[in-house]
Amino acid sequence: MSSFWRGSLVGGIGVVVGLPLLVQVIWSFAFRWYFPDLLPSEWGLHAWRYVFSDSSRVGEALLTSLGIGLAVSLLSIGIGMPAARALALHDFPGKGLVEWLLLVPIVVPGVVATMGIHLVFIHLRVADTSLGVVLVHLIPAVPYMILVMVSVFANYDTALEETARTLGANAVRVFWFVTLPAILPGLLVATLFTFLISWSQYVTTLLIGGGRVITLSMLLFPLIGGSNNATAAAISLVFVAPALLALGFTARSLAKGPSVLGGLGRP
Amino acid sequence: MGRPEWWERLKILLMLLPALLVLVGLFSGGLVVGLGQSLGYLPAAGLHSVTLQHYVDLLVEDAFWQSLWVTFSLAFTSTLLSTLVAVPCAFLLRDTFRGSRLVNFLFQVPIPIPHLVVAFGVVTLVAQSGMLARLLASLGWLSEPSQFPALVFDRAGVAIQLVYLWKEIPFIGLVVLAVLQNVGPDYEALAQTLGATRWQRFRHVLLPLILPAILSTSMIVFAFVFASYEIPLLLGVRFPTPLPVWSIQLYRDPDLSLRPGAMAIGVLLTLFSILWLVAYRRLMRYALRASGGR
Repeated sequence: MSSFWRGSLVGGIGVVVGLPLLVQVIWSFAFRWYFPDLLPSEWGLHAWRYVFSDSSRVGEALLTSLGIGLAVSLLSIGIGMPAARALALHDFPGKGLVEWLLLVPIVVPGVVATMGIHLVFIHLRVADTSLGVVLVHLIPAVPYMILVMVSVFANYDTALEETARTLGANAVRVFWFVTLPAILPGLLVATLFTFLISWSQYVTTLLIGGGRVITLSMLLFPLIGGSNNATAAAISLVFVAPALLALGFTARSLAKGPSVLGGLGRP
Repeated sequence: MGRPEWWERLKILLMLLPALLVLVGLFSGGLVVGLGQSLGYLPAAGLHSVTLQHYVDLLVEDAFWQSLWVTFSLAFTSTLLSTLVAVPCAFLLRDTFRGSRLVNFLFQVPIPIPHLVVAFGVVTLVAQSGMLARLLASLGWLSEPSQFPALVFDRAGVAIQLVYLWKEIPFIGLVVLAVLQNVGPDYEALAQTLGATRWQRFRHVLLPLILPAILSTSMIVFAFVFASYEIPLLLGVRFPTPLPVWSIQLYRDPDLSLRPGAMAIGVLLTLFSILWLVAYRRLMRYALRASGGR
């Protein structure tokens, strides 16, 4: 490939990837921006001022999204890590069935399950609550955590744990000083992306939260395609921030080899 | 180790139990309750009898089949287009060149970005008064926003396709790229020494190796798009309504008697997903055999 084509490739991918994000940055600082102007005729901070005001409820929604996301990712670690270890390091009857069960939520639409859960949650009085939303977010989050951690545990050698145990370490110390440091890089990335799964949910939050649990996606959704692009853009940029942080985080491990995110993708 | 076997078994069961509670208890449990409601069993709305009427009502309606077709073609086109762009991208990104690390990074950017953010970005770019129309206007090619084609809320769903392409090309491409990198250049070099042409090296060496990755990722994309609600609702056609949108709109209606119908649409959506999955597995096995893989 000639250097001209390579340059075009780099530039082309850069434009295609960057444009939908860049245009939102410009919109968030636009005060007047009418057709056919290529840039705003008047710039302003009113959208950002609105976002940081109490009346926008962005701060409140940000805390709700953060709280739900943290709860989902911590619960996913607790639920997913032992299961991933069992699947990667042990053979047991029914293993094939469990592996199959993990793939089902990825392929089978969650619509019916979520609606069915809603009815049960109404009876259990967790519908319209953050707890209910956390529980329903676990459905896409836990299989993801398990699938990533299975590949982490598949390259994990248990011999060190045996050695530590022979030397008198108890289960807690073995986990803290031997297991955790070995799986930490994979675990951190899996946790980050599990958080993002919860953070990005819309329809599950809408159905189970019943419009009472207001996350950032709840605020952003009705603004898209509306008349106030500046506000929508500012909220959208707040909403995308953790994803950009995750990219920055994984970019450092990019130095070790390209396509680290290869196995981490979700459609 | 002197631990008895039953103890090991119990330990494994305990390790799996919380995950099984989520997968079976929540997901499958929800499916079963949803199925019950689709059959008309909804005590909260005073409905106790079990009936197939809600399915019959749907299946005799033209609107249902039109919606199914819209949902299917949306998923099919976006999967096909994403795959067709993703595979060549993976091949381009395989080589190391000046700036290849930057391109690799850029290619991964869409992976964690939420669909809603992409949807908004696409609207501001391709709406009739969007950036693209403004660019054409500044070149003097049009003077009114209405002269720009309606790409949002159009019948073809161009804006929807763009959102999915932006998100799913890297998803498929990165998995294929990972396989290509694991394969390395050795097989191709060997085939070349044996006199294989460029096309033969692709067709008989690389394609069988990357085909499982292409088929499994594109299947996941298809299933995802087929069942997704937000993007068609935000950017899509109003009629025929895609099945997930229709189902959730009925479910959110204050009239509880519409819920069994909403559930029936959801169950049919699920059945069709499983049908595609089975067909896909058949196709995958056939394609692998035909391409000379396992």
